[in-house]
Amino acid sequence: MPLGFRAASFPKDRIMTRLTSLFAPILMLLALVTALPGAAATLEELMQRLPQGSYDDRAALVMEIAATGDERAVPLLEALGEGDLQELKSDGTLVRVVKEGKTYTAYDPLTGESLGEIGRRDGKKVKVNNGLRRAIRSALGIMTLRHPDPAKRLEAAEAAFKSGDPDQLEALDAALLAESDREVATVLGAARAVAMLNSDATEADQFEAVTTIAAMGNQDALGVLLPLAAGEGPVAEAAADAVADIERSQKVWGLAQNVWYGLSLGSVLMLAAIGLAITFGVMGVINMAHGELIMVGAYTTFVVQEFIRNTMPEMFGWSLLIAAPLAFLTAGAVGVAIERGIVRHLYGRPLETLLATWGVSLILQQTVRSIFGPNNREVGNPDWMSGAFELGQLTITYNRLWILVFSLIVFAGLLALLKRTPMGLQMRAVTQNRAMAADMGIRTGWVDAMTFGLGAGIAGLAGVALSQIDNVSPNLGQSYIVDSFMVVVFGGAGNLWGAFAGAFTLGVANKFLEPVAGAVLAKILVLVFIILFIQKRPRGLFALKGRAVEA
Amino acid sequence: MTKLSLLAGAAMTALVSATAAQAEDTIKVGILHSLSGTMAISETTLKDAMLMLIEEQNKNGGLLGKQLEAVVVDPASDWPLFAEKARELLEVHEVAAVFGNWTSVSRKSVLPVFEELNGLLFYPVQYEGEESQRNVFYTGAAPNQQAIPAVDYLLENEGVERWVLAGTDYVYPRTTNKILEAYLKSLGVAEEDIMINYTPFGHSDWQTIVSDIKAFGSAGKKTAVVSTINGDANVPFYKELGNQGVSAEDIPVVAFSVGEEELAGLDTAPLVGHLAAWNYFMSVDTEENDEFIEAWHGFIGDEDRVTNDPMEAHYIGFNMWLKAVEKAGTTDADAVIDSIIGVSVPNLSGGFSAMMPNHHITKPVLVGEIQDDGQFDIVWETTGLVAGDAWSDYLPDSANLIADWRAPMSCGNFDVAKGQCGGVSQ
Repeated sequence: MPLGFRAASFPKDRIMTRLTSLFAPILMLLALVTALPGAAATLEELMQRLPQGSYDDRAALVMEIAATGDERAVPLLEALGEGDLQELKSDGTLVRVVKEGKTYTAYDPLTGESLGEIGRRDGKKVKVNNGLRRAIRSALGIMTLRHPDPAKRLEAAEAAFKSGDPDQLEALDAALLAESDREVATVLGAARAVAMLNSDATEADQFEAVTTIAAMGNQDALGVLLPLAAGEGPVAEAAADAVADIERSQKVWGLAQNVWYGLSLGSVLMLAAIGLAITFGVMGVINMAHGELIMVGAYTTFVVQEFIRNTMPEMFGWSLLIAAPLAFLTAGAVGVAIERGIVRHLYGRPLETLLATWGVSLILQQTVRSIFGPNNREVGNPDWMSGAFELGQLTITYNRLWILVFSLIVFAGLLALLKRTPMGLQMRAVTQNRAMAADMGIRTGWVDAMTFGLGAGIAGLAGVALSQIDNVSPNLGQSYIVDSFMVVVFGGAGNLWGAFAGAFTLGVANKFLEPVAGAVLAKILVLVFIILFIQKRPRGLFALKGRAVEA
Repeated sequence: MTKLSLLAGAAMTALVSATAAQAEDTIKVGILHSLSGTMAISETTLKDAMLMLIEEQNKNGGLLGKQLEAVVVDPASDWPLFAEKARELLEVHEVAAVFGNWTSVSRKSVLPVFEELNGLLFYPVQYEGEESQRNVFYTGAAPNQQAIPAVDYLLENEGVERWVLAGTDYVYPRTTNKILEAYLKSLGVAEEDIMINYTPFGHSDWQTIVSDIKAFGSAGKKTAVVSTINGDANVPFYKELGNQGVSAEDIPVVAFSVGEEELAGLDTAPLVGHLAAWNYFMSVDTEENDEFIEAWHGFIGDEDRVTNDPMEAHYIGFNMWLKAVEKAGTTDADAVIDSIIGVSVPNLSGGFSAMMPNHHITKPVLVGEIQDDGQFDIVWETTGLVAGDAWSDYLPDSANLIADWRAPMSCGNFDVAKGQCGGVSQ
């Protein structure tokens, strides 16, 4: 009976459930209609039914709860949406459970009255899924359209826009009349237009609705207009025109977006590479452990955040600023140790240096793995690093923006250090002509250690930034080492401006290639381009000229 | 000279007899998981889980009256090294069974070794299917035990019409996406409603792709992302999703490689509602699972450590092996291969899993939504157990193939249409 074991994919079941989901809205309406005349079901009774039935049934129930118009339903639905609603195993009471530290406190979901502490396993969570959460959001939307807080009203208006339910028209009209905040009013207008389009309104009204939505000119508008444009009739034509307009403007914005993404990728590349530009570019040491120095910086951030979480959680917003100097010092110290312990014995022997530092990178990785474990560690984003804002049609995320700013600050600081301080002068002197510098009384060994330490410290700073966008795991460094060398070689060894220009050129080029060629091919194309480029200009974009080259 | 060689000879005999004596006392179990390199992140936990299972079994009296002895080797995320270490386990340590591997490429690299030396390998990770080998037992999910039910869930409960298939560029995502694409098309999804996207390993700059997904999802049709993105690349992907404000209510992402362990490095508050499909979640509410979690926390000494699906797969596989050995009365590979088929052991989600003749097992399929505490809330599960299908029905090349390792067929790729065995099984 070998055939009996072939996979079962239950086609019958699937068709059945598909059918039920098709009929669900109709059933829902029926339920509403039958529930209305009696209108006897009170909020309490409806609430008790929340844990039962399929998600579709419960979505209908949520609508019914909202339809009671009872204000106490707002906290109830909010608790349900947040997943805080639990059914007590003892007597089936529904409570809102709030976790504080290790204790769980139950509250009455309607009145907010405290019911005392409960055990972790006393309640059974009332489950929600995405579909139910959507129903809750739109139900809450209708109920909070007239909320005193404009932010809440905006949320409600956005929910109404997304649901596009024609039954909301009346409520939206009323809310629009009463609305004083301009931003909220715009969204309300759009929500009203969507609801209008979904209703059987007159052609003139639908026309006006299309114009309102077309004026938004963004992706959300496209989402509404595209299906409309597929139809026939004058409204569909108007929608199609609007779609064409929006798509044109999105193309232009798409270019701007690629530039922004490219700059952002470039800033990450530059942060990763600029430390290497010092150790490899200025000193000529092939440091394969550079990526691991970045990792050390990222783990320093983790340790700082853990410490702050455990001792003074209110300082969390400052954690990155505190971590930055510490990461610089930690990674710098590791760098100095590598230089004094290994690299200085190998000056002038690039192959041995390469092998030795590669060994160091493995040692560092495994050390971190032994101390912190092989798993990812959670480094949180402070509030000012999370989320995004809209600039025209561009979505700019705060973490990328701050990393760009941070990379420019690091670059400027490094440039100033090399050009304007005695230490920078000594570094340049030693790299340009070691013998002469030694004759002038510069302790070349000490300068070597400091230069290497500086490069390592900058890698540590990069680690702080990268911890915000990437994994903090022992493998963090590996993914950046190739990119870093690529940037330095392309930009021209020995020149910070080379690393700067190289990183941003590669970043932007990559991001323009990616939408066309895909992420994998884009990366390959960039590498091919660099290989060809180096054939032409072996010393990179900004080649050092003169005696320094021969040194 | 003679004295020296004599000495050496004596030492050799002593060594051999010592190992022989030990071999009589214990049954060796090989653990072939990377403890260093890229994959250490996932595989180290499995090594610990195996050590725990072996320790517990020894407390319960071992196997066939002997104690079990774990032999741990480190293939260091290096695929050819997997083959060498597998050979070492089988030839030098003479282990009775090996539990190991994570990536498909490492499994492919050890297959010839297990075939040649007639060893037993229990492979605990969900994979792309299209394989059934006499010496390997696949205790993770085949595509029909994870990917297809997850797509069904999205179709039924979210009404998804447009699909983004995003994956890391290697064999598992490519095969899975090929199967999913064929499956979706068989359900009438149009070509332009499917977007397929591949990224390199460890991809960390997701800005373009996330905004592409947003754009793809704004065509007025419900859109979902089916993610076969692997390992490290997930954290930056989810961070970018969260930051760009792609919420699960608008565009849900269902992932096949993201479990509790992967979420441990992440603030999951912006990700609530995104989905994963597995055969086990730590949040499964059964007594067996509670006991397992408690034992795990006790063994590892850290209350914060999570359990995940591949750990359950090892739990099932290990217990199946124990039962099969007891049934056969010996650890001999051929005897175990015969006796293990049909063996049924409890899984952690409250049912029983059985070993099928195609060396895959039966499992329930669960769909969970990410919660803000890094756990999954199970929102859907299959009504019964799903039997693992070695050869997908949705790919033309494999639609006619079946695997059955019972005599007289004993074939990993029997072609039903032609009525003959394809021979070398790959």
